[in-house]
Amino acid sequence: MAKDSRLILDPLTDNNPITIQVLGICSALAITAELEASIVMSISVLFVMGVGNVVISLMRNIIPSKIRIIAQLIVVATLVIIVDLVLKAFAYELSKTLSVFVGLIITNCIIMGRFEAFALGNGPYRSFLDGIGNALGYGIILIIVGFFRELLGSGTLLGIPVLGDPIEKTGLYALGYENNGFMLLSPMALIVVGIIIWVQRTRNKALIED
Amino acid sequence: MENKTDKNSYTIIFAIGMVIVVGALLAYLASTLKPKITENQRLEKQQNILYAMGINENDETSAVFISTDKAPEAFDNNVTDQIVITVDANGKVIKTQNRDEYFKETNQEPYLIDVKKQQASVKAGGNRKLPLFVGKNPEGKKVYVAPIYGKGLWDAIWGYVAMDEDMIVRGAYFDHKGETPGLGANIKQRYFMDDFYGEHLLTKNGAFKGITVAKGNADPKNNDKTDNEVDAIAGATITGDGVTAMIKKDLKLYLPYFNSLKGK
Repeated sequence: MAKDSRLILDPLTDNNPITIQVLGICSALAITAELEASIVMSISVLFVMGVGNVVISLMRNIIPSKIRIIAQLIVVATLVIIVDLVLKAFAYELSKTLSVFVGLIITNCIIMGRFEAFALGNGPYRSFLDGIGNALGYGIILIIVGFFRELLGSGTLLGIPVLGDPIEKTGLYALGYENNGFMLLSPMALIVVGIIIWVQRTRNKALIED
Repeated sequence: MENKTDKNSYTIIFAIGMVIVVGALLAYLASTLKPKITENQRLEKQQNILYAMGINENDETSAVFISTDKAPEAFDNNVTDQIVITVDANGKVIKTQNRDEYFKETNQEPYLIDVKKQQASVKAGGNRKLPLFVGKNPEGKKVYVAPIYGKGLWDAIWGYVAMDEDMIVRGAYFDHKGETPGLGANIKQRYFMDDFYGEHLLTKNGAFKGITVAKGNADPKNNDKTDNEVDAIAGATITGDGVTAMIKKDLKLYLPYFNSLKGK
C-alpha cells in the first residue's frame, strides 16, 4: 500500500517529470504564458495519461516489442482525437479553449516516457496511479510557471488584473512598476523552470548529480 | 525461446488489427458526432455575428456570447437581412442578392458561406461571394456585419466586424485556431476587440484605409478614433499584422456597396 502511494507522491517532488527527469519541457514552454492555459493543459494531460497508461498496461502482453513505440503513439493519438471529438460535440466552448493544447498532448514526451518505462511492465491499477502521479507532478510545475509568468508578464491572474491598471497607472503601476514583457516569451519559461530546479536541489542535496 | 509476439507474422497481424480497430472506432465516433458538431459550429457563427453587433452577455472585462439556447431566436430577431454581394477577381460587383434570393438560388443560408473557400475561389480566378448581415445594435443604430478571414502566426485567424453606413466600426469579434496563449491568442480578449469600436475604416476623403494594429503608437488609450490605428498586443506582432491584413484585404471589397448606400 505504501508502495502504491509512492507512485502518486514521488513524481510530485523528488522524481518530478519536469524538474528531475527533464521531460515535457516543450509544452511547459509553449503554453504557460497564462495560468488558465496551464491549468487546462494539466487537466487534459491528467486524463490522457491516466487512461493511456491503463490501456497500454492492459495491452502490454500482446504488443510486439518491435513496434511498441508506434503502438503507444497510436494509443495516445487515438485518446487525444476522442477527447477532441467528444469536447467538440458536448462541450463546444471548452473545446475552443482547449484547441491548441489537445494537439500538443500528442507531443508530450512524459506520456510516451511513462508508457515505455512503467505501463509496459506493470498492471493496470499501478499504471493508473503512476499516470495520475506523473500528470500531477507535471501540472504542479506548469501551474507554478504559469502563475509567475502571467503575474509578472501581464499583471493579471486568470485574466483578472491584480496589480492595478497599467494604462491608467493605478495600484502598483502608480509606484512606477512596469509589466515585464520578457516573461511572456518562451525563453523566460525555461528560466523559471531553471529557478524551480535550483530551489529544489538546494533544499534536497540528494538530488544533485556528481 | 522466441516469444510469439516477436515473430514477424504476429507483428504484421497486430499492426493491421490495431489500425482496423482504431480506424473503425474513430470513424464511427466521428460520423456519430458529426451532426452535433455541425450544429455547434452553426450556432457559433450566429453567436459571433451577434457578438460583433453588440448583442452579447459581456461582463466588465470578459467577452461572453449570448447563450446557445437564445442565439437562434436572437439571430432571427436582430438580423433583419443577409445580403450576398458577388464580386469578380478584380473586386468588381457582379450582383447583390438579399437572403431570400440567395436561398432560392443555393438552398443555403448566407451566414453559412465559408469565407476561406470564397477567398480560394477568387484566387483561382473565379467569383467571390461576400456575405453582409444587416441588423440593429442595442443602441438602435443600423449596423452591417462582415466576416473576415486571414493568417496569424501559427494558423488561421478570423473575425466579424460591425460597421455603420460611414464604415465606422461599431463592434468587432476576432478568433483564432492556434495562436500562442497569452500572446497572439489575446486577439479574442475584450480589451483588444473593444479598441476597434468607433475606429474609422475610411480616410477623411472617403478612401478606404482600414485599421492598422500598430506597435508603439502614440495613442495607447486609443482616444483618437480617426487615426486608423489600434494599439498592438505586446509580443504578438505577427498575429497583429495578420489582423491588420485581413481587415484591409477583406473589408475593402465592401466599399462599393457602402458607397452605393450613400448614393441612395
